[in-house]
Amino acid sequence: MTPDAPPSGAPAESLYGPRSYRVWGDDALAGQFLEVSMGPHHPSTHGVFRMDVVLDGETVVRLKPVFGYLHRNHEKLAEGMSWLGSMPYTDRLDYLCSMTNNWAYALAVEKLAGLGVPERAEYIRVIVGELTRLVNHICLAGFLLADLGALGTPLLYAFREREKILDVFEEISGARMMCNYMRFGGVRADLSPEVLQKIARIVDRFPAFLDEFERLVSGNEILLSRCQGVGVLPRDLAVNAGVTGPMLRASGVDYDLRKVDRYGIYDRFEFRVPLGEHGDVYDRYMLRILEMRESISILRQALAQMPEKGEILHPQAKLRNFRPKPGEAYGRIEGPKGELGFYLISDGGVCPYRYRVRPPSFINLTVLEDMCLGQKVADVIVIFGSVDIVLGEADR
Amino acid sequence: MNAERFAAQFPGVQWDAATSSWIVPHEILLDVANFLKTDPEFRMEMLSNVTGVDRLPAKVKTKGEDGKETEHERPGYLEVVYHFYSVSRKQGPLVLRCRTEGRETPILPSITPLFRSAEFQEREIFDLFGIVFSGHPDLRRILMWDEFEDFPMRKDYVEPDDYEWEPTPHDAVLVKARRRQVADSAPPRHDA
Amino acid sequence: MEQGRTGVALGAAMDDRLKSELQRAGIFVTSLEGIYNWSRRSSVWPLQFGLACCAIEMIATAAARYDLARFGAEVFRPTPRQADLMIVAGTVTKKMAPQVVRIYNQMPEPKYVIAMGACAISGGPFKQGYNVLKGIDRYLPVDVHIPGCPPRPEALLNALMFLQRKIDRQTLDASRPLRWYDPMDKAEFPVPSYGAHDLTPSSNRAFWKPEATPRNEG
Repeated sequence: MTPDAPPSGAPAESLYGPRSYRVWGDDALAGQFLEVSMGPHHPSTHGVFRMDVVLDGETVVRLKPVFGYLHRNHEKLAEGMSWLGSMPYTDRLDYLCSMTNNWAYALAVEKLAGLGVPERAEYIRVIVGELTRLVNHICLAGFLLADLGALGTPLLYAFREREKILDVFEEISGARMMCNYMRFGGVRADLSPEVLQKIARIVDRFPAFLDEFERLVSGNEILLSRCQGVGVLPRDLAVNAGVTGPMLRASGVDYDLRKVDRYGIYDRFEFRVPLGEHGDVYDRYMLRILEMRESISILRQALAQMPEKGEILHPQAKLRNFRPKPGEAYGRIEGPKGELGFYLISDGGVCPYRYRVRPPSFINLTVLEDMCLGQKVADVIVIFGSVDIVLGEADR
Repeated sequence: MNAERFAAQFPGVQWDAATSSWIVPHEILLDVANFLKTDPEFRMEMLSNVTGVDRLPAKVKTKGEDGKETEHERPGYLEVVYHFYSVSRKQGPLVLRCRTEGRETPILPSITPLFRSAEFQEREIFDLFGIVFSGHPDLRRILMWDEFEDFPMRKDYVEPDDYEWEPTPHDAVLVKARRRQVADSAPPRHDA
Repeated sequence: MEQGRTGVALGAAMDDRLKSELQRAGIFVTSLEGIYNWSRRSSVWPLQFGLACCAIEMIATAAARYDLARFGAEVFRPTPRQADLMIVAGTVTKKMAPQVVRIYNQMPEPKYVIAMGACAISGGPFKQGYNVLKGIDRYLPVDVHIPGCPPRPEALLNALMFLQRKIDRQTLDASRPLRWYDPMDKAEFPVPSYGAHDLTPSSNRAFWKPEATPRNEG
């Protein structure tokens, strides 16, 4: 039975009506569909996300995401403020990884204004960017496992490690989460030798933590049986639907912007790009664990190669009254969640004419319905958790 | 090479050097996108970014053949910008722009049947800019609620007046504060 | 002891020195009010309800380092029917505001609201946005405001302690009855509906008044 044609008597528009629960059909049991509104207040929707799920028994026959519960008008606000004024707002897009958001925006503006970045600043960007990736991936693993029923322990472990990295961020930028650290043509503050030592210590200890974490959960029978073969995303669909980041690579597509675009100084580091074989939830989970190990390797190389002294802001970089020449640019980086892009149009004024964020969380959710169809309703949460979204970015 | 072949294939397509993009008439948008997707030399199988731009009517200066600057009215239009990337050939971006005729009833063909990634992004453009995409499977508002009537990302959008007192109004807020001051001048403080 | 106040205020009336002396002897004396408030303040169950960035800091507060459990508030309940405290952690958009009010209406009495972060207080950095509610206090009565964007976990702990002091001040005195013992007071607030341009109504004028514009400005 297809969900597209509801059984007789059910108005077609009822799918999007205000009621949360609705049973179609007159017969007592036969051919009944139940429409459930999951969210926006749901413990496992990672914020205020809503899914209109139509169920046949426990099987999902239709799933429509509903966005906008955190639509904060970032793009409209940015059109009314200076170029640099939008920088702290980018922190709040994907609020787990403010550093990479800053980086993507700075990269796009540098492309627009033709601004270079000093070498030491590039190294600092790589270091804080990869630390952010660690924060994001470990938090994702914690949240995903909490969704799977491992309430507490993995999440507590994840947040314990996150706190250590946030301490570093706080020391260099003054804020734990909303760092507002990058500037057009460099970064805002230099890393002192003590901070670098602290980072080196975190990097040295992180693999042991990952081993511990993996011993705790990766081979767990419940995790295996609930994740393997669940929410399979075929390779062609992933590319066609614009899925990026770990989601795309878990489906076996070798597309990492750090390798493809080689933005910044990523051509100087040796690292591998982990790829998945099955494209299921377990691949997405393991891929993030493997990516963290690669990030550690990048961090080690960056800390070793980093020049002792040097400028951190391009001499021609302007903080006040910054007006790029008219034109447009699209800058993108490999954010922890996928391709984070900024599309900017300048008309030569102090404010952007058009400011667009290409949000990986939002576009990765295009395939949510495809992954969930035919699965059980309990797996929807797991599949959704493995997509790794942050609503601040999806809704902006 | 590639660019020349592309231009020869589609004579209606114009290269816009200022923005490094191709301006595509909306009649052939789907053909162009299909060509880019399937042609072995392009293989642009990922449509990464789709977004709208609002251009209000403006006065533009153009230089005539005699070197004289002439000013004329340019009608307003809405524009959709597409960023294509090739995953297999690791190339990109290739930027297409498609313009509507006027801002009153803007209609463009939907690219979603070719590229699923446009599904939500076109809905977002419909929601915020009011461009109708013909052929979209499920064109509804996505970020704002269904009862909402305005198109907030348009440049001439007027938001509801819910100005609150602020200690240090500036710029646009100051304009609002002055407007409210005029509106408040008759009733006493704390009017309900 | 005063006439008509049977036993309720005995502990309060007893002098502190006598209390501590008795305590050393293993006798703990308190008032009914005291032990009632103490037990309520030590098991504030917050609603597991994150809206935006501040929710991450709320989770961090509940995690190992800051450990909200020290204050008896670690039991985050996903359902409003079991929660005492709503921490409005993040930006309330106009699309989300009806749901927030509805969830608040579903919470049992006594219930408290903490507005965590600049956005929940006033809209914060997103105040000028067309879809951003300029403060949850337009629709709900807020007990504690925490400034910050986002507030640090310590600030949330402080807000919780502040709320506990507020609970401590509540009295069982019959001459000053608590609001939620009044069966007629449902503490339910009208849920706004989606309008063509804005929420209708755009605020609950029963208890929220806009700040008037001072004359001498500009």
